[in-house]
Amino acid sequence: MDRNFLKMALVLMTLSVLCSAAGAVEGERLKLATTTSLQDTGLLDVIKDKFDEKYNVSLDVVSGGTGIAIQYGERGDVDVLVVHDKERELKFIKDGQGLERRCIAYNYFYLVGPKDDPAGVKGMNASQALAGIMEKGKIDPAKVMFISRGDNSGTHAREKLLWKKAGYNYSAVNSSGPWYIEAGQGMGATLNIANEKQAYTLSDMSTFMAYQGNLTLVPIIEGGSELLNVYVAMAVNPKKHPNVNCELANEFINYLVSAEGQDLIASYGTEKFGKPLFSAARGNCELMGCNATECAVPTSASCAAA
Amino acid sequence: MEEIYSGLLRALELIAARDPQVVEITIRSFFISLSSAFLAGIICIPLGGIIEFRQFWGKRALINLIQTFYSLPTVTVGLLVFLLISRSGPLGGLNLLFSPSGMIFGQAILVSPIMIGLTITALAGVSTQIRDTAKSLGATEMQIIITVIKEARVAVMAAVLLGFGRALSEVGVAMMIGGNIRGYTRVLTTSIALETSMGNLELSMALGIILISISLAINLLLNRFQGR
Repeated sequence: MDRNFLKMALVLMTLSVLCSAAGAVEGERLKLATTTSLQDTGLLDVIKDKFDEKYNVSLDVVSGGTGIAIQYGERGDVDVLVVHDKERELKFIKDGQGLERRCIAYNYFYLVGPKDDPAGVKGMNASQALAGIMEKGKIDPAKVMFISRGDNSGTHAREKLLWKKAGYNYSAVNSSGPWYIEAGQGMGATLNIANEKQAYTLSDMSTFMAYQGNLTLVPIIEGGSELLNVYVAMAVNPKKHPNVNCELANEFINYLVSAEGQDLIASYGTEKFGKPLFSAARGNCELMGCNATECAVPTSASCAAA
Repeated sequence: MEEIYSGLLRALELIAARDPQVVEITIRSFFISLSSAFLAGIICIPLGGIIEFRQFWGKRALINLIQTFYSLPTVTVGLLVFLLISRSGPLGGLNLLFSPSGMIFGQAILVSPIMIGLTITALAGVSTQIRDTAKSLGATEMQIIITVIKEARVAVMAAVLLGFGRALSEVGVAMMIGGNIRGYTRVLTTSIALETSMGNLELSMALGIILISISLAINLLLNRFQGR
């Protein structure tokens, strides 16, 4: 018994020492906070593998909604962000938290819903359609429901913007009845809920396509400038957060906008889904609504502390 | 029902094939949680001894508080540790956030109440005669604590293993502090959360089965120690 106990303690100690030793052998790491859409679709896994190999570093991807990703940036916990909510991105830059916006890719949001379109909104533009869903949902919430991300993500921000365009105050919308459901979860989980409830929801195109195999929902409204979805990379400002790895962050952004990175983005998903999940930013600057600096290759942002 | 059955089969296949991703995640989970249990152990066992052997005002209340913290929600600990070790927090300079070391730190805090509490219970179970004998032989306080801990080693070991089990099976700290980074801080519980949200239910189930198997192994080990 005594011997057993000693042996066990010895094994435990050895394991812990091994463990800390394994932790000590670490190369340079780049911390990236990003939205769930880039992670859950698998695009970032592909980019990580190529980038790690080329620069002999380790890209650490932390995914969450745009809201929490920007929080990580503001606290200096990550080196670089890839997000999709123009309003909050501009604020992030204006507050001096980030160096500059760099548009890297785009696609569109889809308003998805049950095949038979119980609210009858097909053919409308997105904000009109939301208004239509609300009107029908208030009358018959058993048949017409809308599932909101409700998590401060970029997709949630777009939904709020669409309500505003439709002429509604968001706080009035989300408390107006059982037809409006806040999931408080990532895009994939929200799509699964919408599918179970046969409800409408707003989804980025890439996540919808990646999950399509498990869903009976179909895109009701696609395309249109209201649904344009632009992904932007921003390095965290070293003047605010001296510990961030700004040089490597810029290398990463430059890799994303390089010919190799853009090819990777533009072709990702073709094999599996029959068409790419994202469109490259290259040559589409005007369409994305980005200015010349936001499309410069390589990025003009400088890490030098002034 | 059929989905569960086919998922279970597929899960066993994945385990049998020793899928490299599954193996890697399992080993990482094991090491991180073992380290946190060890770290918590070397702090909490002596601390439990000191609390048990010293008489001080508010001792009963302190023990009650520790016992309340047995069921501390993991997300609350996660949030607290996040605020502590975030760059903008008081321990930001240590660069612990989104790293395995940070997870070990966070899980150690999470399991500390259980370890301190169970150590106190274990030591209280040791006959006071041993304490008195050691004292009459001229032992210092620390020597008395060590003697009694040795006497209660089986129950103390059980406290450490229970702490390990709680660290291994929790998801709050692992997700908030580790960030679920592939190949770095992704462990069994965070993978299950991610794979489920991605709709890969079979992989989730495979990981779940591994987690349950490890818990079972810990229990068997515990029973062996207790000589049952």
